[in-house]
Amino acid sequence: MSEEMKDIVLEYVIEEYLEDEDEEISYDTPLISGGIVDSFSMVSLKRFLENRYNISIPDDLATPEAFDTVTKITVLVDGFLK
Amino acid sequence: MSFSDKIRTIYQEQLNAISEAGIFKKERFIHSRQAADIEVEYPEGAGLKKVINMCANNYLGLSSHPEVIQAAHEGLDSRGYGMSSVRFICGTQDIHRELEARMTEFLGTEDTILFPSCMDANAGVFEAILTDQDVMISDRLVHASIVDGIRLCSAMHDTFKHSNMDHLESKLQLHSDKRLKVVITDGVFSMDGDCAKLDEMVALCEKYDAMLFVDDSHSTGFIGKTGRGTHEKFGVLGKIDIITTTFGKALGGASGGCVSGRKEIVERCRQKARPYLFSNTIAPVVVSGVLKVLDILSGNTERRDKLERNSDYWRKGLTNAGFVLKEGDTPIVPVMLFNAKLSQDVSNDLYNEGIYAIGFFFPVVAKGQARIRTQISAGHEIHHLDKALEAFNKIGKKYDILGRSKQEIIEMYGL
Repeated sequence: MSEEMKDIVLEYVIEEYLEDEDEEISYDTPLISGGIVDSFSMVSLKRFLENRYNISIPDDLATPEAFDTVTKITVLVDGFLK
Repeated sequence: MSFSDKIRTIYQEQLNAISEAGIFKKERFIHSRQAADIEVEYPEGAGLKKVINMCANNYLGLSSHPEVIQAAHEGLDSRGYGMSSVRFICGTQDIHRELEARMTEFLGTEDTILFPSCMDANAGVFEAILTDQDVMISDRLVHASIVDGIRLCSAMHDTFKHSNMDHLESKLQLHSDKRLKVVITDGVFSMDGDCAKLDEMVALCEKYDAMLFVDDSHSTGFIGKTGRGTHEKFGVLGKIDIITTTFGKALGGASGGCVSGRKEIVERCRQKARPYLFSNTIAPVVVSGVLKVLDILSGNTERRDKLERNSDYWRKGLTNAGFVLKEGDTPIVPVMLFNAKLSQDVSNDLYNEGIYAIGFFFPVVAKGQARIRTQISAGHEIHHLDKALEAFNKIGKKYDILGRSKQEIIEMYGL
């Protein structure tokens, strides 16, 4: 799994979802279960990944569990790139 | 099936959890008409207490206006009490259609459809006009009723950061492949009292061929030079595709709501919106009252002008006293306390001083954003506001928060 992808996803999540600049998150911060990303707003993350990596993530795989941390997201995306 | 011990225990545990979290809501019983001066029984069983109401949505002071009450009486006499039918069977009277026409004229739109409430309007409109080929892009602070409407709709849903136009534009670009795009916002946000930037939103929607939806419930009747709403304030009358609003706040405060906007959207709601199709519409007595409210508002702008003056007076008074307020220029003036318990303590102390103002905290507002939301009315006189300012000053001193910054209050009381 590329570290570069982790950084790209982390940067997107910070830019897209955090309101407070002081708030810090890491690769393994729970995003959805931690209340940072609500399930309503998850769609933009999914669309970002699909556009950025030219993949299509089926809705049944785009679950709150699979999207809960940056690490889990990159594992999911990696699976489509192989 | 009986309501067994097992079932009862499950619910009792849930209710206990709400109590333990300190968010169990207790209602206060008002024994008088809704007005600036009310008589309240609180806690239950206590003697009646005369207090000044600083938390009603009675922005124009019309909830108990004698002409509105008289019109309601006349409506009751001439059109009866209930319809016992939904609109499309035998539940439509001439006055229902008259109110729809009057709202169309008042809001400057193409057509209007009544709903039992604005909650119902918001719950029904999206499903009626969108499919899974479309996208809804909403401000992250829209009202709960809009969130419910979005949940009921099969279209894709995305959000943008509160009032952040760059972020909204990026979302319009991201979803440019969708058949229909609807940008969704409140006109005035009920918890913060700030206005959506409708001029900029209209420009963005025109640029990206998107529709604009505005819930103007906390605006219709008093925002804008003649009280038409936020679209008047921002100079975009006739450019909002879908407006929802309520008769349960400034426009007499009884109940009911509507969707007003492009005629195809309204007709689509008449054919497809489930809360419209499967529920009685607004009772004739209420329709008659709202028609009188529109007469009063169309005659002159006296009430909205007084509300504006009162709101300025109140905001300046609190600012001079040293409270931290949410910035804005609407009758919603949130006094920021940040800590949930502090908001409850201040609210209780204010009540003891004869001022009825409720504390809001998570999950109604974000964590660490607890506040007393004060709401000003044209029904308030300066002596009401002065008495309330005196009480706020006294309680502010008690908790030593006057002249303190957000950071200092948080350091003293925590988040």
